[in-house]
Amino acid sequence: MSAPLIEVEHLTMRFGGLVAVDDVSFTARPAEITAIIGPNGAGKTTVFNCITGFYKPTIGRLTLRSDREYLLERMLGHEIGQKAKVARTFQNIRLFPGMTVLENLMVAQHNKLMRASGMTVFGLLGLKSFRTAEAQAVEIARSWLERIDLVADADRPAGELPYGAQRRLEIARAMCTGPRLLCLDEPAAGLNPRESAALNDLLTSIRDKDGIGVLLIEHDMSVVMKISDHVVVLDYGRKIAEGAPAAVQKDPAVIRAYLGTDEEEAHA
Amino acid sequence: MKRDLPSMLKDAALTALVSAALGIFIVGFRTNSLGGKGLQFDFQLVDLAIAVATIFVGRIGLLLAAIGQRWPALVLGAILGVIGAAPLTLPSTFLHWFIVLAGAVIILRGLWPWASQTLGQAQRSRRGVHMSGVAARWFGVALLIVAFTMPFMPFADQKTMDLAVLILTYIMLGWGLNIVVGLAGLLDLGYVAFYAVGAYSYALLSTQYGLSFWVVLPLAGMMAATFGLVLGFPVLRLRGDYLAIVTMGFGEIIRLVLLNWVDLSSGPAGIGNIPGPTFFGAVFAETAPAGHQTFAQMTGLPFSGNQRLIFLYYIILALALVTNAFTQRIRRLPVGRAWEALREDETACKALGINPTNTKLTAFAVGAMFAGFAGSFFAAKQRFISPESFTFIESAIILAIVVLGGLGSQIGVVLAAVLLIGLPEWFRDLGTYRMVAFGGAMVLIMAFRPRGLISHREPSIRLHPKLQAGGST
Repeated sequence: MSAPLIEVEHLTMRFGGLVAVDDVSFTARPAEITAIIGPNGAGKTTVFNCITGFYKPTIGRLTLRSDREYLLERMLGHEIGQKAKVARTFQNIRLFPGMTVLENLMVAQHNKLMRASGMTVFGLLGLKSFRTAEAQAVEIARSWLERIDLVADADRPAGELPYGAQRRLEIARAMCTGPRLLCLDEPAAGLNPRESAALNDLLTSIRDKDGIGVLLIEHDMSVVMKISDHVVVLDYGRKIAEGAPAAVQKDPAVIRAYLGTDEEEAHA
Repeated sequence: MKRDLPSMLKDAALTALVSAALGIFIVGFRTNSLGGKGLQFDFQLVDLAIAVATIFVGRIGLLLAAIGQRWPALVLGAILGVIGAAPLTLPSTFLHWFIVLAGAVIILRGLWPWASQTLGQAQRSRRGVHMSGVAARWFGVALLIVAFTMPFMPFADQKTMDLAVLILTYIMLGWGLNIVVGLAGLLDLGYVAFYAVGAYSYALLSTQYGLSFWVVLPLAGMMAATFGLVLGFPVLRLRGDYLAIVTMGFGEIIRLVLLNWVDLSSGPAGIGNIPGPTFFGAVFAETAPAGHQTFAQMTGLPFSGNQRLIFLYYIILALALVTNAFTQRIRRLPVGRAWEALREDETACKALGINPTNTKLTAFAVGAMFAGFAGSFFAAKQRFISPESFTFIESAIILAIVVLGGLGSQIGVVLAAVLLIGLPEWFRDLGTYRMVAFGGAMVLIMAFRPRGLISHREPSIRLHPKLQAGGST
């Protein structure tokens, strides 16, 4: 067992009187896929938004351990991507639709390229160091395009791609930021079985080849059970179960949360 | 729609009837004052009859074109055009224009399906895409050549050159605002504020401290960029309409400060006697002030008032080209791509670790800087500035140029500036109808090209190089 990559401790998020996430704690390890599952409205996306800085948690500590410890709840939204290197995708795809596929992947490497372009000055002068850095960035983008099978579409506007390709591109874009933790919000939503299988392969290769820790929100149980190493189950903002996929599947609390309490069965 | 002749005649008759009913009170009668002895009706029924007849024929032409009878429609349009242009004695010149316009509309309508089909096919084919890229590039080169040789053309009299300088100023402002609105997607309705900052920077520094145009030009740019940063910082959290309103407010605040801070700007009286730009120390005047020589003395050319204008023309041309080159280049740099990404989706940018505030501020400041350059040129050209020159309508015109040209398109800005600034001048022959013609042209552009004249976007980087040539848009 390696040391945890991210530690979520006593995370609570209140919106006015509504408690969306209530005292949730869990950890995720590097090079493992940790799935967060739960019925609709269980607070899964809220947990994600807290981790990636879109919400400030009401209570709780979010620690990312890599070269040093990053306290995510104290960082500004964009710093979490820039310094702590947490990347994410969105439930409803958020590509840059008017820009090409390649440009999407180049924007993801913004901070690295900004440094290489000497905050634009070297770039304006057309220095060689910047041009090499840019060529390297294009190569990284190309290698990801090969992995998601979109090389031929590199110069098309991202908004023109079919839905499944947009999902894959969003994951590739997140990976191009060079993350330590990748947070995927329902990546399999709306995919057909074949695309879903391809997604499984992509995610396992990200785990095994790149050694990235993956946090995954997913409704598609075939994805969750097949590829995740660790499952956290939320219901009404609370954690109701945690463990290996097979164990969680049999947990009575989880079954109750998903299927509802059957009164007669409970009394029988 | 029925396609037989009687129904078409019926339709056209109905249209003519409606226009006659509407027109009889607007065109048909005219009241004349008899100098205290009451009013008298003038009847202009001949005008009305000709107009109604034109509308009748025009409607038939449009219907023919609509059912695919292209040639009869084109012939009808040509006939109308000839009648309009013929030296007949019609009651008013406007009727000539009216008939010609009707003919032109029918011809356009007749050619439209064919043109859009051809263009559509060309855009779909690979060769067509390539050709359009080549065409765009050559169009750009041709424009450049025209721009460089313009002052030495036989038609380049003082009026034309004045107009050319004016258009180029707006092209430069359009290119500057294109960075803010077109690339970064920040709707800025107060762009003229930075133009004013640049103009007053030069006016004050040159009249108070005697600094020359070439020294002040970068200073004015920096000054405007600083204002951009200072004004931008508090407002860039806002998005869309809210940002537009606040920037509009800032534009007005700057104007009001200039109007009321009399000690600094001498208020509504403005600042006069601003020295013009010098050519390696030589001034453009008949007699040089002490310590200077005139351009005529320096070069040995005979003095002419046009020299100053030509010099100004080349300065603004160079400034505009610098703006364009800068934009083209920065669009291919990380910061330029981040601007476009911010326009597309700010939330996604944040998730990718891009600092939205800094990125927006750079766009705001860079855009402001170019407005500052243009402003100091404006002050040097006019030699007199007052807050009157920096009203909201200026911001609106610059924004209209950018939007009409196609957001983010550099060549679109050129076309739109020529149309928006040039058209009202060229329509001067139409007298009071010129603003109607101008408005009509705008409506037509928006109806047929809702995303601006040029909506094509050239990717900032390609994985697969395009066949040989690239576009310059």
